[in-house]
Amino acid sequence: MTPVNTLIAKELRSYFVSPVVYVVGAVFLLIVGLLAYIYIVFTGAQAIQLMQVQGQAQINLNDLVFRNLFSSIRFVLLLVLPILTMRLFAEEKKLRTFEFLMTSPIGLNEIVAGKFVSVFVLFLGLLGLTGLIPLTLALFSDFDWYPIFTGYLGLVLLGALFLSVGVLASALTENQIVAAFVSFGLLLFLWLLAGIGTLLGDTAAGQVISYLSFMEHYDHLVRGLIDTRDLVYFASALILMLFLTHRVVDSTRWK
Amino acid sequence: MIDVQQITKRYGQHTAIDRVTFSVAKGEVLAFLGPNGAGKTTTMRILTCFMPPTEGRATVAGFDCLDQPLEVKRRIGYLPETPPVYQELTVDEYLRFVGRLRGLAGAMLTTAMSREIERLGLGSVQHRLIGNLSRGYRQRVGLAQALIHDPPVLILDEPTVGLDPKQIIEIRELIKSLAGSHSVILSTHILPEATAVCQRVVIISSGRIVAEDTPDRLSTRLRHSEKIALTLTRAPADVEAQLRQVDGVLQVHANGPTGHFLLETQLGKDVRENIARLTVTSNWGLVELKLISMTLEDVFLKLTRHEEGLPQNTGPATAPAGDVNRKGMDVPS
Repeated sequence: MTPVNTLIAKELRSYFVSPVVYVVGAVFLLIVGLLAYIYIVFTGAQAIQLMQVQGQAQINLNDLVFRNLFSSIRFVLLLVLPILTMRLFAEEKKLRTFEFLMTSPIGLNEIVAGKFVSVFVLFLGLLGLTGLIPLTLALFSDFDWYPIFTGYLGLVLLGALFLSVGVLASALTENQIVAAFVSFGLLLFLWLLAGIGTLLGDTAAGQVISYLSFMEHYDHLVRGLIDTRDLVYFASALILMLFLTHRVVDSTRWK
Repeated sequence: MIDVQQITKRYGQHTAIDRVTFSVAKGEVLAFLGPNGAGKTTTMRILTCFMPPTEGRATVAGFDCLDQPLEVKRRIGYLPETPPVYQELTVDEYLRFVGRLRGLAGAMLTTAMSREIERLGLGSVQHRLIGNLSRGYRQRVGLAQALIHDPPVLILDEPTVGLDPKQIIEIRELIKSLAGSHSVILSTHILPEATAVCQRVVIISSGRIVAEDTPDRLSTRLRHSEKIALTLTRAPADVEAQLRQVDGVLQVHANGPTGHFLLETQLGKDVRENIARLTVTSNWGLVELKLISMTLEDVFLKLTRHEEGLPQNTGPATAPAGDVNRKGMDVPS
């Protein structure tokens, strides 16, 4: 095993022996399941109404269930992912294993990458479990799979961005609560940039600010549009966050 | 093996270490001795490439700590002040993780793990979570971690802290057994440890090296006079005056309970024979006659106190008097 793989395996091991992952995972899946249930029941009620009025109903599950669901999951991720990332560097500093890691023959790039990949793998696992929702629905109805795939692509990219912000926040402090709140703050700020952009309207500043928020990029993917600009946004934001993490971790050595 | 040239580390205005220079040969064990906050840990952190020095350069096994940190890190086993253990892992898992991180795999990893588990007596706890182990066991796991890749250089920051006396002796034996094949730097403020384990002692105080030599020579070099402890059961009233008559005796002090005396004598003059003759012929009931040399502890106190502005010429008397029971080293006169 290379040092990075060793680190990833150890981080995953640490996640699964702590209760945090189980609690956070259970809450995440419960809330997503509940949201799906609400949208499905709501859609069902609408279908019955249409049947009574028109005698027939064409219900689009993509619009009524999945788009709503993907929009809501965004908010759940914002609450859940900082809890997963908060320990990554903060705990090492608190328990004095940080020095050990930094004096091990493993590069700083590899440490940052290993930390990020481990929590990303965990997130992919959780997200994979939500795949049961469209699979179950597919047994009873027909819908277009393409927007589901792009929606999941959006969730993966959005999750990677949220996680990288969380990793950065964790590198800034040795207090896990502080790390979680810093990532909440940063993510809400990125969210609200979309609102500010809308307020400024169709000006150059408004467009730039809107572009900086993840909202419109994610929305495109949820609507089934794969645009290179959106992919570039997510990729560059991810790289920027990991680069900043690298700088922050490196700078703690100089203090 | 380790070469440190003029390294200085400043934190803003505060200078943690100031132009520290020393080197460690292959197979040598060096003690880094100093009061808390003297700069021992800072020096070790620079050597392990955890932090860069503000000035100066340090090389380990021929590799520069700034230019080739990975090569340096591969060759160092480092035990920081707090054993760097992950509480949620078992001892086995932890050592496997550390071994893999340092490039061990397969049969080599298994052999290295069982070697360290045996060497440090971790067999009974190897499947337990580190979080549930006592301080002593965690310290030993920390040592196993530093040794697992069999590095040529070991840097141990207070390796015996938190161990019970039996374990301390075991660890000291272990460090002694590493001498010859490994270069070891260990920091300590426990003085007998430095004398028991190390071939050379560097005393550091307020970030500067104040002395560097073998434990024996350090104490000889800094002696200004010798002392003799004398115990008599039937000392007459004028005993002090009579003892002062002996050639070479400078001062006689009553020392503790009746009949105990402390004699200061001229350096290089062994007066024990004359004193023995006098006390025995006068029938004073001689029960003890012992040369007290300056212990490393005296040297240490003297050097580090001098830093704080105390007069230098107080000699061994700066150490508490009546230290007959203290572990003294016999220095050949």
